[in-house]
Amino acid sequence: MSATPFPAGPIQRCQGRAVVVAGDDIDTDRIIPARYLKCVTFDGLAEGVFADDRSERAGDHPFDRAENQGAAILVVNRNFGCGSSREHAPQALMRWGLRAVIGESFAEIFFGNCLALGIPCLSADHDAVLALQAAIGAHPGAVLQLDLEPPRVRLDAGSEVLEWPLTLAAGPRRMLVSGEWNGTAQLVAHDGELRATASRLPYLNNFAAA
Amino acid sequence: MSAGTLYDKVWELHRVADLPGGATQLFIGLHLIHEVTSPQAFAALDDLGLTVRHPERTVATVDHIVPTTSQARPFADPLAEAMLATLEGNCARHGITLHGLGSGRQGIVHVIAPELGLTQPGMTVACGDSHTSTHGAFGAIAFGIGTSQVRDVLASQSLAMGKLKVRRIRVDGALQSGVYAKDLVLHVIRTLGVKGGVGYAYEFAGPAIEALSMEERMTLCNMAIEGGARCGYVNPDAVTFAYLKGRPHAPSGDAWERAVAWWSSLASGPEASFDDEVVFDAATIAPTITWGITPGQAIGVDETVPTLEQTESDERPIAEEAYRYMDLRPGAPIEGVPVDVCFIGSCTNGRLSDLRAAAAVARGRQVAAGIKAFVVPGSEQVAAEAEAEGLDAVFRAAGFEWREPGCSMCLAMNPDRLEGRQISASSSNRNFKGRQGSATGRTLLMSPAMVAAAAVSGHVADVRRLVAVPTTPQPEPASTRA
Ligand code: SF4
Repeated sequence: MSATPFPAGPIQRCQGRAVVVAGDDIDTDRIIPARYLKCVTFDGLAEGVFADDRSERAGDHPFDRAENQGAAILVVNRNFGCGSSREHAPQALMRWGLRAVIGESFAEIFFGNCLALGIPCLSADHDAVLALQAAIGAHPGAVLQLDLEPPRVRLDAGSEVLEWPLTLAAGPRRMLVSGEWNGTAQLVAHDGELRATASRLPYLNNFAAA
Repeated sequence: MSAGTLYDKVWELHRVADLPGGATQLFIGLHLIHEVTSPQAFAALDDLGLTVRHPERTVATVDHIVPTTSQARPFADPLAEAMLATLEGNCARHGITLHGLGSGRQGIVHVIAPELGLTQPGMTVACGDSHTSTHGAFGAIAFGIGTSQVRDVLASQSLAMGKLKVRRIRVDGALQSGVYAKDLVLHVIRTLGVKGGVGYAYEFAGPAIEALSMEERMTLCNMAIEGGARCGYVNPDAVTFAYLKGRPHAPSGDAWERAVAWWSSLASGPEASFDDEVVFDAATIAPTITWGITPGQAIGVDETVPTLEQTESDERPIAEEAYRYMDLRPGAPIEGVPVDVCFIGSCTNGRLSDLRAAAAVARGRQVAAGIKAFVVPGSEQVAAEAEAEGLDAVFRAAGFEWREPGCSMCLAMNPDRLEGRQISASSSNRNFKGRQGSATGRTLLMSPAMVAAAAVSGHVADVRRLVAVPTTPQPEPASTRA
């Protein structure tokens, strides 16, 4: 479990060890099986992260290996986080200690849920992700340096520093870097605009002709 | 970039402001909540000292955790009881209508909102559940959201969102008898892939779509998300209006005519342009069934489990994982695969027409020895209507259990679940590993009629051989309900 505080304020970089969970289409049912959703707070979710995959692999799952304990960056492949919209999935990953995810691609709802928690999901192409995963495997315990501006990741391999460019759409990047990713206050502040919108919606106005 | 589509029109109308991060603040016309994804959102609202902006546009029900055998309170499972009690408390505190157990209106959130007439064309609909895409059947823009966004919608009746691209999925021709919307959507997902729709809204159009009933359109849009599309929709038409007329929350009196005029104006016109278009021929689609661990791993019931050689190279790792997990042999026919459990229900296929189609197969037959088969109506209203038609008796006589409404074995948050390596024939929407409650349990997704065919045969069977399926659509369920 994580000792670092949950994300807050502007997020420009992330530094830490990486944990690789290889495979495409890893869905949120696998990240946090449904039985862990029976809760009224998110507090205990770290225990359930990848619970079924971990018991299937009896201690050999990346999340159970000693060298990965305390990792801050998750490295995955294609379409990570597909399936259910449960925010319990990024919550569980965050509570386990993760602060950023790098992968080939992400399911949209998962990406948005991570963004709302201040967890950047950055992409790289297939070959780059495979190379990054291989480099992490070859240098267990190496620290990754992840930057959002410009988006890139560096791995200090001792004799050399390996670097890969990453992508993160401009909108989410600005939100994270500026600290505006937790935008409830901003939405609420647009009171006049919200009223104006409601007043022009036919179904809120007895379908009166506009 | 798309222009002139229903999606573009509805988006523009609900646009509140442009946000500094580049996203749009979008007004949400209808916010549906349930016991699983709302408690933390209400807690966050309290932390921020905020209140619910539009309690009258927020509607709650309880579905995921309710037992389907006995719904007496308190539930045997204290966690489930705590979740419902929390929802009840939050709704009471904020003045939100909760359609609770025994109210006559409780049910799966994506079943009750349409049947109450809450879901209407031209609305934006959000719910902390990915199958919110269901409501797109009415020509609404409807999508699932996470708990942080549930908090945002409670607080501001809006959320931050990026605009999607629009792909038109045009389906020509007509579905064969014995082939349903479920088969059509599994076929679309099989063809375009589970990631094919990422970044898109799917507009379903063409003669085969126009011929679908509202309930079938809901099945179709429900599973858009399984193809990666966060929302799917069908342009509103006479079928939509006929379904809505007379429902409790539908407009009435003079407002009805004005509503129909406005709704009609929203449909994508001939001038509309799309980011992409894909064309299907409905007549070539067979009853379709999944063999693997994603909804895209689907084949016609008369096909064989694809071999690695028949699989695109980037799909091979997940195919190999599926062979191992499902214990199905590549190249073997799917028809004849024995099943242990047969489940008819869920927000995909738990409506009256689904139960009618399954009952037509079950009528006068018996569930095969050793098979557990059960039917879970999608809502209290569906249950009442089915019972009024005697469908419960048909199922019971055939050896099915007839249960109380809820999400049931669609996901493992209530007592209904697979055990060990059991394999199910299921009318639900996800065949992910462990989805139905056992870490090694296996799921074959198919239409409700196909589930009934599997139940009476003891194995996967082609429903087209079991019954002369009616070719003329039956009338929609009664639209008026007090
Ligand atoms: S029936 Fe299944 S998919 Fe639908 S809301 Fe319930 S759990 Fe979700």
